[in-house]
Amino acid sequence: MEGPGVIDKFRADVLSVLAAVPSGASVAVGGFGSSGRPDTLLDALCDLDRRDLHLIVNNVGSDFTGVGRLLAEGRIRRLTASFPVLPEFYDEYFAGRVEFELVPQGTLAERLRAGGAGIAAFFTPSGAGTMLADGSFPLRYAADGTPAGYLPPREVRDFGGREHVLEYGIVADFGLVKAHQGDRKGNLRFRLSARNFNPLAGMAGRRTFAEVQQLVDTGELGPDDIHLPGVFVDDVLLAPAGPPTPDPP
Amino acid sequence: MTQDTAPAVRGLSRERIAERLARDLRDGYVVNLGVGIPLLVPRYIPPDTEVILHAENGVLGLGPRPAPQHEDPDLTDAGKQPVTLINGAAIVDSAMSFAIVRGGHLDVTVLGALQVSADGDLANWYVPGRSPAVGGAMDLVAGAREVWVVMEHVDRAGRPKLVERCTFPLTGRGVVTRVYTDLAVFHVTGGRLRLTECAPGIRPGAVRQRTAARYVEDL
Repeated sequence: MEGPGVIDKFRADVLSVLAAVPSGASVAVGGFGSSGRPDTLLDALCDLDRRDLHLIVNNVGSDFTGVGRLLAEGRIRRLTASFPVLPEFYDEYFAGRVEFELVPQGTLAERLRAGGAGIAAFFTPSGAGTMLADGSFPLRYAADGTPAGYLPPREVRDFGGREHVLEYGIVADFGLVKAHQGDRKGNLRFRLSARNFNPLAGMAGRRTFAEVQQLVDTGELGPDDIHLPGVFVDDVLLAPAGPPTPDPP
Repeated sequence: MTQDTAPAVRGLSRERIAERLARDLRDGYVVNLGVGIPLLVPRYIPPDTEVILHAENGVLGLGPRPAPQHEDPDLTDAGKQPVTLINGAAIVDSAMSFAIVRGGHLDVTVLGALQVSADGDLANWYVPGRSPAVGGAMDLVAGAREVWVVMEHVDRAGRPKLVERCTFPLTGRGVVTRVYTDLAVFHVTGGRLRLTECAPGIRPGAVRQRTAARYVEDL
């Protein structure tokens, strides 16, 4: 392997790197269910005993691994997601222990992309005329099970005779992503549908950590084959693929 | 209008509804399929019709389920189940996937429904009191050129699912363009529901008895 060069984003120790994430941080996380989800990085947040986190992630998942472990250990203050899945998440939400910002999946993806691209907000037809846009969806419940706060009503504007709603870009304190291959410059390449939200969570993080299944020599990923360039990635950690954990039907 | 007042009729099975819908897919269509009856559609697409199946998690060109032991954990569909790819398939990230959806590049999205209203409103994401989750449904109905609903004509209690106004929270307003049920096919044009076809052996009166939305017969 060639020498590290001036820019070398590879770090050997996950815990010492993730120690930069304080309790209370907002964290954008890649993955769709368990596919492409950076479990090594999420486990590190648990092992470091981080709490009161605002997670921006499409799903909690179907078990107590990954985001589900953070939930089970009571580390999530707010979840921004389109499809949580895990029943225990809803127990926490209805009991008033976790806030839930429910967002259409395409809006979630675009909000992350926009945040990472310097776009403050955008208008989309998705969700127009629904309770996700009219201020009637409960963001949080009180301990007695009554709504104690709602998602704010969206600003509405007509474009070409169709109602659109204003959605804000998301810039998170940190981005957590998983890639198939990465190099020491932080360039990432994903594999098949494990790509999903990863490039977007990586863009949206002010500081982004990438766990890669394979660390490759700089130059091995050709310039046309890089899905997320290293400019969006601050730290590269090696997390070889373990046995797959498929989602249940 | 419940099963108590409407005599029992035998409509199409879920498989036959899917088969009926598949007959209307055209060569070259790009189609997104929701969960439930929509997932039965691919097996009935005529072999001489090429349809590109899209999944929200970034797959264009879904193939059939893999054989056991041939699953790839990095290749799943929007239901998080293992899939294969057809020749010519493409993988994109979630933002690009929904650019395809919202940008009008999907010909049809096929979705299940709790209720469809007389003017094409759709409710299919949330039963109040249960666990709210929306996934890509609101983006799909906002962006696809056509929204085809496939569902049982009445719910398990025998209540019509085609209603004058949706009582469940909306997924989108005025978005549905067709409805395929076990009893009939409806089209929505100009904000009006039209009955265009009854299932074999089903009389228009039997459809009328089980439908709570105003519509015109255009058989």
